[in-house]
Amino acid sequence: MGAASSNLVELRDLKVAFDGVQVLHGINLDVRRGEALGLVGESGCGKSVTWLAALGLLPGKASVTGSVRLQGHEISGGTRESFERVRGGRIAMIFQDPSSSLNPVLRIGRQITEALAIHRGLKGEAGKAEALRLLDMVGIPDPRRRFDLYPHEFSGGQCQRLMIAMALAGEPDLLVADEPTTALDATIQAQILDLLIQLRAETGMATVFISHDLGAVSQVCERVCVMYAGRIVEEGTTAQLFSEPRHPYTRGLFDAIPRIDGPRQRLIPIPGTVPNPKHLPEGCAFSPRCSRAVEACRSERPPLLSLSDGRQLACTRPVPAEERAGTKSKVAEEMLQ
Amino acid sequence: MIRFIAVRILRAAITILAVVTFAFVVLRMSGDPAQVMLGPDTPQESVDAFRRAWGLDQPLWIQYLAYIKSIFTGDFGVSMRDKASALDLVLQRVPATLQLTVPALFLKLMIGIPAGVYAALHRQSFTDRGVILLAVFGFTIPSFVMGLLLVLIFAVILGVLPSGGQDTWMHGILPTLTMSIGGIGILARFSRSAMIEVMGQPYIRTASAKGLKWRDVVWSHALPNAAVPIVTIVGFMVGSLIAGAVVVESIFSWPGIGRLLVVSVSNRDLAVVQCILLIIAAAMVVSNLAVDLLYGWLDPRLRSVASH
Repeated sequence: MGAASSNLVELRDLKVAFDGVQVLHGINLDVRRGEALGLVGESGCGKSVTWLAALGLLPGKASVTGSVRLQGHEISGGTRESFERVRGGRIAMIFQDPSSSLNPVLRIGRQITEALAIHRGLKGEAGKAEALRLLDMVGIPDPRRRFDLYPHEFSGGQCQRLMIAMALAGEPDLLVADEPTTALDATIQAQILDLLIQLRAETGMATVFISHDLGAVSQVCERVCVMYAGRIVEEGTTAQLFSEPRHPYTRGLFDAIPRIDGPRQRLIPIPGTVPNPKHLPEGCAFSPRCSRAVEACRSERPPLLSLSDGRQLACTRPVPAEERAGTKSKVAEEMLQ
Repeated sequence: MIRFIAVRILRAAITILAVVTFAFVVLRMSGDPAQVMLGPDTPQESVDAFRRAWGLDQPLWIQYLAYIKSIFTGDFGVSMRDKASALDLVLQRVPATLQLTVPALFLKLMIGIPAGVYAALHRQSFTDRGVILLAVFGFTIPSFVMGLLLVLIFAVILGVLPSGGQDTWMHGILPTLTMSIGGIGILARFSRSAMIEVMGQPYIRTASAKGLKWRDVVWSHALPNAAVPIVTIVGFMVGSLIAGAVVVESIFSWPGIGRLLVVSVSNRDLAVVQCILLIIAAAMVVSNLAVDLLYGWLDPRLRSVASH
């Protein structure tokens, strides 16, 4: 268990099914203390479900199996109380739509002090003072005056700041940010990303950043996990994946990002859509959309294997390491002309 | 806020006036009080004298204006049958009606809401299905059927409760039960669906993710949100505290407003019927106003809409 001690959270063979339809097919994932891990993939690939399942936040009809360990202690499959001890205090979570994630009929001061009372025993004036400090920390102007306002009196970006303040109230070891900027304007997105980066530097908490925005992920995260159809297909450091994506899906995600540097290039979208979990294709789930797929891809699903450079990859015909290097130098040549 | 209330009160006044006017016209168009009161073989001179005495010989619009004028001076007319003040006659009956409707309302709230909330929190369970089934039974069976059914079981077959009258508190049990069963069903169903809707909202997930105990998530985060639709139904029930007993009072020969209304309509006792309808309308309108104000208190978003 020597290796386990450096891991804050370990997910092992985490599976989720809704009404008998498997949507998560055995996720193995470690989050180290203090690290920032990105979870990317298109909508519906199981990024959010993974963490909602880990915290027991899925609706009752979801069946969750597998193991979730927090510093070696199993938390999944336990009672409601065992989840309640972890939520907020050890692992906090913020969500995609901040405006509807705050309770519309409760004052925001109350919603934050409530968390302070559970996790840090701060009540009354002490709780209020700490809540005001947190509001100030996440950049809410004039917190004293706005302490007694309701969520609808704040903008979307401010609501996400309030959510973050609430998450920080329990001084968690891990903050799971589930698409925290998706519903916000571009300029506000950048502010929230900066806030997340700054808070992690100040508090040392680990961050799991769930997003389909690779640019945002590269700003926030050191390590990235790419998910497709309920499985991890590639995992490595941000530098590795950005300079040399090996899975055709990862490569496709990068090719679909518009570039502001270099020559104007046509964007290459990934053809087709994410498969319906009810009718997953045989073999590799990505094979119907993959330009590199061969016959073997359609019959046999490649396992997630560790490569010599430290990354993990699940692909029968990965993008060759040198081809990417070739296109890169070609781009460089074009730029010189 | 003051403007909001002023608009509501004005609207309430218009509603009451509409009810009063409608009752006034319909009662006079649909039958002749002189014929009913005096009987079919009365000589024409007596009928004419009766009409003159009660002002029924005047054109309808003059009668109407006189009636409206007297209402504003606090005069609700005189009963043609008892020759007593209509308002006094009606007010005498109010306590008897409230003796049934207030306990019935209490039962509806105390059983209906908890049953619905419990069912919502244990969705698809055996209890949930049981609650739905009983609720549907409760509000689909009409109260006159339900009343007769209860009389059959408890008065005729078991012989443990009286079937009619107002002599002891035991006499109140069956009418109260009859009146509350439908409301319990309606409230259980509404509370259940309101609660299911709220429990699926993102802010409930946030409250859980925060580490709140399940009980606190339900009590302090879910219930205040579910209260808005429930209050609408409860407001309606409070508004019908006076009106709600027409059928049940008739079945159980309970001397309340409902029975007075039935008797007065068949006798064409105009002043009494109009007075009852006016009071019923006023009760409904006042409880609606209270519900509107309660909305603002329950949901701050509505409060800011109202103040703008």
